[in-house]
Amino acid sequence: MSAPVVEARGLGKVFGTGEAETEALRGIDLEIAEGDFVSLIGPSGCGKSTLLRLIGDLVSPTTGTLVVNGKEPRQSRLDRDYGIVFQSATLLDWRSVQKNVELPLEIMDFPDAERPTRAREMLDLVQLAGFADHHPWQLSGGMQQRVAIARALAFRPALLLMDEPFGALDEMTREAMQQEVLRVWGETGTSVVFVTHSIPEAVFLSTRVVVMSPRPGRISDEIMVDLPPKRDLDTREDPRYFELVIEVREALRRGESGSSGS
Amino acid sequence: MTERDDQIQETSITDVFASFEGDVPASGRRSSPARLVRRYLPAVFAFLAVLLVWEGLTRLFGVESFVLSKPSEILNSFSETSGLIWGAGMRTLFEAAGGFVIGTSLAVATSLAAAHWVGFRQGVLPLAIVLNATPIAALAPIFNNWFGLTNPFSKMAVVAVVVYFPVMINTTRGLLEVDPAELELMRSLAASPSEVTRRIRIPRALPYFFSSLKVASVLSLIAAIIAEYFGGPQDVLGQYIVNRAQLFQFPDAWAAILVASILGVVFYLLILAAERWLMPWHVSFRTSE
Ligand SMILES: Nc1ncnc2c1ncn2[C@@H]1O[C@H](COP(=O)(O)OP(=O)(O)O)[C@@H](O)[C@H]1O
Ligand SMILES: [Mg+2]
Repeated sequence: MSAPVVEARGLGKVFGTGEAETEALRGIDLEIAEGDFVSLIGPSGCGKSTLLRLIGDLVSPTTGTLVVNGKEPRQSRLDRDYGIVFQSATLLDWRSVQKNVELPLEIMDFPDAERPTRAREMLDLVQLAGFADHHPWQLSGGMQQRVAIARALAFRPALLLMDEPFGALDEMTREAMQQEVLRVWGETGTSVVFVTHSIPEAVFLSTRVVVMSPRPGRISDEIMVDLPPKRDLDTREDPRYFELVIEVREALRRGESGSSGS
Repeated sequence: MTERDDQIQETSITDVFASFEGDVPASGRRSSPARLVRRYLPAVFAFLAVLLVWEGLTRLFGVESFVLSKPSEILNSFSETSGLIWGAGMRTLFEAAGGFVIGTSLAVATSLAAAHWVGFRQGVLPLAIVLNATPIAALAPIFNNWFGLTNPFSKMAVVAVVVYFPVMINTTRGLLEVDPAELELMRSLAASPSEVTRRIRIPRALPYFFSSLKVASVLSLIAAIIAEYFGGPQDVLGQYIVNRAQLFQFPDAWAAILVASILGVVFYLLILAAERWLMPWHVSFRTSE
């Protein structure tokens, strides 16, 4: 079981051709082990989303190799190895909260009897059991994002991909959601790749922070987060937490100046 | 299948109707009688006022009936000839509804094909938009020739062609105008194209479909009556109106027009009801809880 969940070697992505060419990523080497919680952090436009979408086979690499769950990314997607959460919840208005969570189960032909049970379990997990029959527009932004997480986890994927899932939320909701995600991660044992541009968020959540730099997007640093596995309010006041926040900030700054120099 | 750059032109009349729908009360599903009265009272008053002014002016200036009949004469004729005009109305409605069903079915089939096959869409849609600009009622004499003057199908064919274009163009647009994030979600779930159509495109297209149906419901009656002007059985609204006008029985002609407009409104309201029943989730019908 020691095979990495994600293994990228010399991964590169170029969008467009000729004049309109954008080199979004270059020479990405990344390994994510089972059970890891890895954050990708970097300035806007450095290719965080692109890297996540490469892992999810939503775009294809231009160069290099990528193995997800021991397979080609495409095969991994077809095998439904991962669940994904975007910045916007992307819930379907015409479905109730419960039916939104059941969507992947319907597509994957789960037995009729199993779908509602699963969906309810997931809604319990994100503490929305009382809202199963509501419609998405009746929920707050934070609640909608929790439904999206429940939906992504409903079929128990080995890997959870999250692209700035809390970017649109206010600070209080955001902290509550971070706690929520950690709890879910602890209970499901899923590996997580989490895109963010918030340094405290990356440090608080992750086992490892991957720092990226722009033009073209590269990995400029990796920082192991050696905080105790149980993260709570105390963590945010732990001196080591502050040290790590500073470390990540400095790594980001180095990455930016490094890229303009080269 | 996921290309969505196609900007399909919507007929301007649809926009007009769409803006009209914005009027639908947000609390539609649970309007109390008192609210309904309050909401529609101004319209009723305006309607009555128009009738009164109409009656008053035609009396005041002694306008002849063949120029403009008085509302009182029209209502009189409406009640005296009710058996005749409602019978004619039902036969015209039959043609309109038949053509509506045929045209809508063909339109939906075309739209689904257009949403599914890029090649089909690129070949057929521009053609459809060109044909849409053709005055279709002009086809009536040709259809009379093809299907027979007395065959109701020759009128249904005109209606079907008239209904086809707005429904097809709008429904196709709805099927294609899907949030890219939803398509990406479906891709991440390795959903097949038919799953995407079923679970995303069709629900997304419903509002477009219904707004075109509302246009089509009104158009279908207009088209049926115009097709009837070109000849055929005498016991239908179009022919009745032509005949009574030729005999200078203008209040009778107006009474038949009144029947046509009542049928048009009822048809429209039926579509509206179906829309609310099928898409209670839609923004315009939401209740705030
Ligand atoms: N589909 C696309 N087509 C063309 N360029 C793209 C596309 N997606 C991303 N890019 C470009 O790639 C770079 C990285 O984008 P992205 O991965 O979204 O960055 P981030 O998520 O870190 O803000 C940007 O310069 C962006 O403009
Ligand atoms: Mg991004």
